[in-house]
Amino acid sequence: MRQQNHFYWRAGFGPTPEMLFQKASFKAGTYFDAFWKASEKLPIPINVSGNVFDGLNNGLMTAGKIQGGEAEQKAQRQQMQKQSRESIRNLNLRWLDEMVNSPAQLREKAALFWHGHFASRNLNSFYQQQLLTIIRDGALGNFADLLRSVSKSAAMLAFLNNQQNRKQQPNENFAREVMELFTLGRGNYSETDIKEAARAFTGWGFNLQGEFVFRKQLHDTGSKTIFGKTGNFDGDDVLNLLLERRETATWIARKMYRFYVNDTPNEQHVSWLANRFYEGDYNIKKLLQDILTSSWFYDEKNMGAIVKSPIVLWTGIRRILPMELANPEIQMVLQRALGQVLLYPPSVAGWPGGTNWIDSSSLLLRMRLPQLVAKAEPFELATPLDDDLNMGMMQKSMGAGLSNRFALNGDIGWEALTKAFENSDGSKLEKIVPMQLLQTAQMPLQTIAEQIPAGLPRQDRIIKAALLTMATPEYQLC
Amino acid sequence: MHIKRRNFLINSSLATAGTLMVPQFLQAMYKQKMPMGTAGNKVLIVIQLSGGNDGLNTVIPIRNDVYYQKRPGLGITKDKATILTDEAGLNPALTAFKTLYDNGELAILNDVGYPNPDRSHFRSMDIWHTASASNEIWNTGWLGRYLDAQCANCSQPTQILELDDVLSLAMKGETNKGIAFQDPSLLFKSSNAPFFKDLTKAHTHHDEPVADYLYKTLADTVQSADMIFKASKMGTAATNYPATGLGKSLKTIGALIAGGMNTSVYYVSLGSFDTHVNQAAQQNRLLTELNGAVEAFVKDMKQQGRFDDVLMMSFSEFGRRVGQNASAGTDHGTANNMFFVGGSLKQKGLLNTMPTLLDLENGDLKYRVDFRNVLATVLENWLGTPSKSILKGSFAPMQFV
Repeated sequence: MRQQNHFYWRAGFGPTPEMLFQKASFKAGTYFDAFWKASEKLPIPINVSGNVFDGLNNGLMTAGKIQGGEAEQKAQRQQMQKQSRESIRNLNLRWLDEMVNSPAQLREKAALFWHGHFASRNLNSFYQQQLLTIIRDGALGNFADLLRSVSKSAAMLAFLNNQQNRKQQPNENFAREVMELFTLGRGNYSETDIKEAARAFTGWGFNLQGEFVFRKQLHDTGSKTIFGKTGNFDGDDVLNLLLERRETATWIARKMYRFYVNDTPNEQHVSWLANRFYEGDYNIKKLLQDILTSSWFYDEKNMGAIVKSPIVLWTGIRRILPMELANPEIQMVLQRALGQVLLYPPSVAGWPGGTNWIDSSSLLLRMRLPQLVAKAEPFELATPLDDDLNMGMMQKSMGAGLSNRFALNGDIGWEALTKAFENSDGSKLEKIVPMQLLQTAQMPLQTIAEQIPAGLPRQDRIIKAALLTMATPEYQLC
Repeated sequence: MHIKRRNFLINSSLATAGTLMVPQFLQAMYKQKMPMGTAGNKVLIVIQLSGGNDGLNTVIPIRNDVYYQKRPGLGITKDKATILTDEAGLNPALTAFKTLYDNGELAILNDVGYPNPDRSHFRSMDIWHTASASNEIWNTGWLGRYLDAQCANCSQPTQILELDDVLSLAMKGETNKGIAFQDPSLLFKSSNAPFFKDLTKAHTHHDEPVADYLYKTLADTVQSADMIFKASKMGTAATNYPATGLGKSLKTIGALIAGGMNTSVYYVSLGSFDTHVNQAAQQNRLLTELNGAVEAFVKDMKQQGRFDDVLMMSFSEFGRRVGQNASAGTDHGTANNMFFVGGSLKQKGLLNTMPTLLDLENGDLKYRVDFRNVLATVLENWLGTPSKSILKGSFAPMQFV
């Protein structure tokens, strides 16, 4: 039972009520095959900023090529930025819905991993949408292809300043992050490698439509020496050189291990995974299969060992308590308050994760969350200002320090959950419910049971037990 | 069938505490544990001006022609500014800061920044919070690492308090983190739900260390919330504070100091100073809020006889461009000035010269003081702790405190 839910929480975003309780004996391979089948075909792209005109507008905004006087340009730019912010918000909310509702759990979870790995902040919604499509499409494919597509996306080229990387004035940002974060990891390259790679990436850019362009006249055609190899390398050559290094496979395997298995990596397992990943031509599906079907994945020390990220916590709640949100935009405030906003990673390094998610205020909010949803009780929460987002616009009428008063107002369809327990022994419901919802070895079963008065109707006991369970520290783990 | 949520309110055990009285057993517990913040205990109050405050319209170079040329209309003329010296004036909203200046209780440091400045709010704020170089990404904050250094083997998260609902990166250390809250009684109410207390009481041990970490955080929060609430009730402020966001936060801090908290660093934010459009009105409103709150707080500290133990420090993630834009505002810039307020400053007034505005880089100020030297000064000379391991590098302290 715990093994099954362990698989659901790690391979996807946790079980729905229908998925609770083991139907037959758990076989990891069978479960993986079923998840793979549901994720195999390419996802429908999320289009919020779909037409070329939007893209062009966004491109113009980025390039600063708008007609008119300075004031007029400014006004136009602000209008476009507002539109773009709204589009990014819609992209965020629609992707959240996919995580909650899509049967392609394996794909969306892997996409969340790659979203943190290929982290990009960009105010251009069209570019962000493009990058998200690349990541969701390539999430279970070949890492080499994914790396190439991401590296040639307008979002990443813009975010890492490669548009400014020219023969006469190399900008090393892109080359550095590609090595430090996307492939090799720190310590596996020299400063010279970066300088030389930056020269090879000169001329890589994008046009107003967000398409990759190679600007030949800006490219440094001279000879470069990278990892001891000399040649007239261009950007593609550098990516190939990086993919040839075994360190790349190790870096990805270790990061995946930390995301899927345990924040503290077992280096023996990592190196086994990395070798197979390297020899298997960077097949991401196979790497995930290796992880999710290995026996050590189900070791006691790997169960309930990961702190749920805010996105995993919240999507997990929405999956187990199917709900209609009266005001879905509130999820933006919630993401900010919990410390993880999709499409707004804190830096190119992604979210640090692990116990970094937890401090006294975030833990209290996490533990109060189920109650706040269920009671639809308005509560106040001042989220930090994000001036990159607000651009000086939003706070104008609001005094600083004023709070966002909001209610989560989730109209929960409880019948799905109560139905899941319809065959459970009525005298043990207070323990059966938490045991289905928690993944830790020790559970506060007694404390939960003590809160539930005897003699309540069966449904009420299930609901109370679920809400109490979700308000425990253990529920923060999966 | 769709069961309505309202029929299923969680039982009272999860609801908030019905009474704000501190339970007796806790009172007994903390009588010994709570070190009283007595006179002589240094307190640092960081005031973050979020959004990039325009330093040049805060401390005004009143004799600088370049300033007035580049800011026709937006520049604050000499007759409107509050004069400090022949060269420098203050934004007219900062009346109390003029008094502080006259009393030798204000120091101003111009052109503080860092090499290779980043003009993204987010990145630059992270750089200030983590004290990293601009090309490095760190996951811990300088005050969090201070807490780590102070609390290698102890549990005193109340050493650092942020008056906000969400804890900022600056106060997140490797193993210790500060506590964030807006209102001590709300914190107390939400952390003291009987169910949370029961969980803490029943918890003994988890095989999984992360679970233990969560329980430790919960227990610390419940304990700290109690201490904070108790101190805030004991130390009712004697002075009137303005009913603004910052006013309320500084009032809470004043009460906590009076109530004997062991806290050494308080952190508050004010914003948004991101004045791309119609700057004058927005900045005036925010600086007025700053002025009123600081004025009340200084008065409070003086009445408490604690002003000599207090150092207030303001900063912003960057300053703004020297030239105004076409929307009567200013765009993102680089170096900026910082204020220091306290009763025991060693150097007062203008700590360095005003920016000349002649030596600009792409229309932006060049930094003359690295902010990490300022942080080293505060850590070494005020909080009395070696700064090298906290800042992960040697930055010479200055002498103003």
